[in-house]
Amino acid sequence: MALEKISSVVGQAVHVPGNDIDTDRIIPARFMKCVTFDGLGEYLFYDVRKDADGHDRAHPLNDERFKQATILLTGANFGCGSSREHAPQAIQKYGFRGIVAENFAEIFFGNCTTLGIPCAVATRADIARIAAAVAADPTTEVTIDVEAQQVRFGAETLPAEIRGSARDGLLNGRWDAIAELHEGVPQVRETAARLPYMAV
Amino acid sequence: MAKSLFEKVWDAHAVRTLANGQTQLLIGTHLIHEVTSPQAFGMLRDLNLPVLMPTRTFATVDHIVPTDEFAEPYRDPLAQAMMDELRRNCAENNITFFDRGTGKQGIVHIVGPEQGITQPGTTIACGDSHTSTHGAFGAIAFGIGTTQIRDVLATQTMALGKLKVRRIEVNGTLPPGVYAKDVILHIIAQLGVNGGTGFAYEYAGSVFDNFSMEERMTVCNMSIEGGARVGYVNPDQTTVDYLEGRPYSPTGDDWPAAVARWLGFASDPGCHYDDVVVIDAAQIAPSVTWGINPGQGISIEQSIPDPALATSEDEKASIEEALEYMKLTPGAPIKGTPINVAFLGSCTNGRLSDFQEVARVIAGHKVAAGVKAIAVPGSQIVAAQCEKLGIDKVLTEAGFEWRAAGCSMCLAMNPDKLIGDQLCASSSNRNFKGRQGSTTGRTVLMSPVMVAAAAITGQVSDAREVFATGRN
Ligand code: SF4
Repeated sequence: MALEKISSVVGQAVHVPGNDIDTDRIIPARFMKCVTFDGLGEYLFYDVRKDADGHDRAHPLNDERFKQATILLTGANFGCGSSREHAPQAIQKYGFRGIVAENFAEIFFGNCTTLGIPCAVATRADIARIAAAVAADPTTEVTIDVEAQQVRFGAETLPAEIRGSARDGLLNGRWDAIAELHEGVPQVRETAARLPYMAV
Repeated sequence: MAKSLFEKVWDAHAVRTLANGQTQLLIGTHLIHEVTSPQAFGMLRDLNLPVLMPTRTFATVDHIVPTDEFAEPYRDPLAQAMMDELRRNCAENNITFFDRGTGKQGIVHIVGPEQGITQPGTTIACGDSHTSTHGAFGAIAFGIGTTQIRDVLATQTMALGKLKVRRIEVNGTLPPGVYAKDVILHIIAQLGVNGGTGFAYEYAGSVFDNFSMEERMTVCNMSIEGGARVGYVNPDQTTVDYLEGRPYSPTGDDWPAAVARWLGFASDPGCHYDDVVVIDAAQIAPSVTWGINPGQGISIEQSIPDPALATSEDEKASIEEALEYMKLTPGAPIKGTPINVAFLGSCTNGRLSDFQEVARVIAGHKVAAGVKAIAVPGSQIVAAQCEKLGIDKVLTEAGFEWRAAGCSMCLAMNPDKLIGDQLCASSSNRNFKGRQGSTTGRTVLMSPVMVAAAAITGQVSDAREVFATGRN
C-alpha cells in the first residue's frame, strides 16, 4: 500500500476568484445523495457554473481554454463551511491535482491532504501574477513544488507555503494514514484484547 | 496521578504514536448510516481490504428515510439507492443493521444508547458531526469524515491529535420552564460557535448531576455547534440505571464488573483541566436563535440584536447577514415573530421524554390555523413507547402530524422540507441557511416545549406564559 511521494504538481492552471468559497458552493448539498464519489466531478461549483435550466453560465471552468487545468488558483478561506469530504473529492474527481489559495479552511485543508492534493498558500499579489500569466496564455505550465514550497511558471519563482505535517506527509508518501494505520493492526488487536467491551 | 475521563479513555485506547506525532486511537464502537458510509466501503473495495472487526460496527438508516412512506422502492430513487447500498454493504461484511423492518431503526445517535451499544469508557466514531451525543454516557465520541470511516472499517483505528479538556460546570437549579436545550443554547451563545475548537467539553455541576440521560444527550449532542469535537458527562448511577437491561448491556457476572469499570472512568477529583467555565443555572432562560448559526441565540425575553450596536465590524457584518436572511427587524422583540412550521424531533430532541413533556403541556390546546406541525420520533422504539402511552394521540389531537422515525426536517434530505421562506420553530440543532430544505427557509431553534408553544400561538412565544406552567 505504498503511496506515491508527491514532491510537485505540474500542469495548466485556472483562476476561480473569490474569498470564503464554502463547501456548499464547491459541491451543493443535494449532490450528496450519492453512493460513490465518482460522479461528483461534474457537479463541481454546479450552482455557479449552471443556470436554473442547467445551461452554462460564464465561469472559468466553463471556458474551453482552461479545460485542461489541473491546478486551481483561488482566494482566501477556501473550503470553509461543512466538514463533508464531498468537496475535496469533487475537486479531485474533476481533475485538479493541486490548489493555490491565500489560505484554506482547517478541515478542508486536512481532507485535501488526505487525498494527496497539495494546498499551497501564496499572497494575493502573487496569485494575481500567476492568474495574469495564465489568462494571457492558458497553456502556461505551472508547478507547485512541495519540496521547495514554491510556485513556478515561465521564468518566475514565487514562495508558496505548504504547512508542516501536510508537506511532510506528501513528500514521504504518508499523506493518507491508512497504510501506517494498517501496519499497526497487530498492536490494534493487542489493545482491543485489553478492553472487555471489545470482546462482545 | 489524577486524570480526567478524557485522558483515561484516551490512554486505554491509544495503540501507538504515528510518524507525524498523532496517536493511532482504537475506536471500540463504530456507528454508520447511509449518507457517509457507502463511499467508504467503495474505498475499501478499491484497496482490497476487509472490515477488520465487523462486530464492532453497527448500522442504521436515518437521513433519507421518508417519514410518511414505508414500502420500498421509495418515490426518490436516489434515497432508495442509498438504502440498497447500505443493506448490501452490511450483508457483505456481516455488520449488524437496524433496518426499518427490525423495529429498532432510528437516528443513529438515538439507536446507539437505546440498544446499550453506547457505554461509558469507550471510544465511538460515526460519520456524522452529532456523534458527540454519545458522550452523555462518559464515552469519547467523535464525528468523522468518510476517509476516516474507511480507516475505522479497515483498521478499527484512526489518526488523531489529543484534545484539550474544558470543564463546564452548571451549578444551582434551573428555573421552571428551562430545559436542557436552553442550557446548551446558553453555553454556545456564551462561548461562541468556535469557542470549543481544540477542546473536549466535560459537562458537570449540580444541573448535570440531576439531569436524566436524555437531558445529558441533548446537551452533548450540540457540543459540536460550540466547536467542540467531543462533549461528555462523567458516568454515575443515572448512567448505570439507564443501561441496565439494554440489549447490548453486559449481563450476569459481567454486569457488576462492567459497572465498576464504568464508574472508574469518571474524572478524578483534582485532575487537570485546560480551562474551567462556571455557569449559574439561575441565569439561564428559555432560549431561541434569531440568526443563521446556533451561537446567534438570545433568551425569549430579549430583543433581536441591532447591528448598529455591534462592538466590531465583523460582528456587525455577521448580524446584518443573519438578519437579512432571517428577514427579522433589529431591536424588535423575538417574541411574536410569526411561524409557518413547527418541527418536533431530531437527535437533539426526538426522545421519549421530549414528546412526553410536550404532551403534558399541550393537552387541550390546538395548533394555530395555517401552521404545519409535525412530530417525528427519533427511533421506532421511541415511536412505540409514545404510542403505548398515548402520546401520539395527544399530539395528533392538538394538530400535529405523527410521523415515522428518522432525521426528517432536521436537514431535509428526505421529502420533509420547508417551502420558500417559511419560518420553522424547530427542536433540531442547526439553523444554517437552507438547512431545512429550502434555500430561503428560516429556522429558529428552541426546546420542544417552546416549539409546542409556537405551534399553538402561531408565533415565537414564551412557553411559560402559553402553558401557564413550568417544569415539574
Ligand atoms: S437528526 Fe439532524 S443532526 Fe441528527 S443525525 Fe439526523 S440530520 Fe444529523
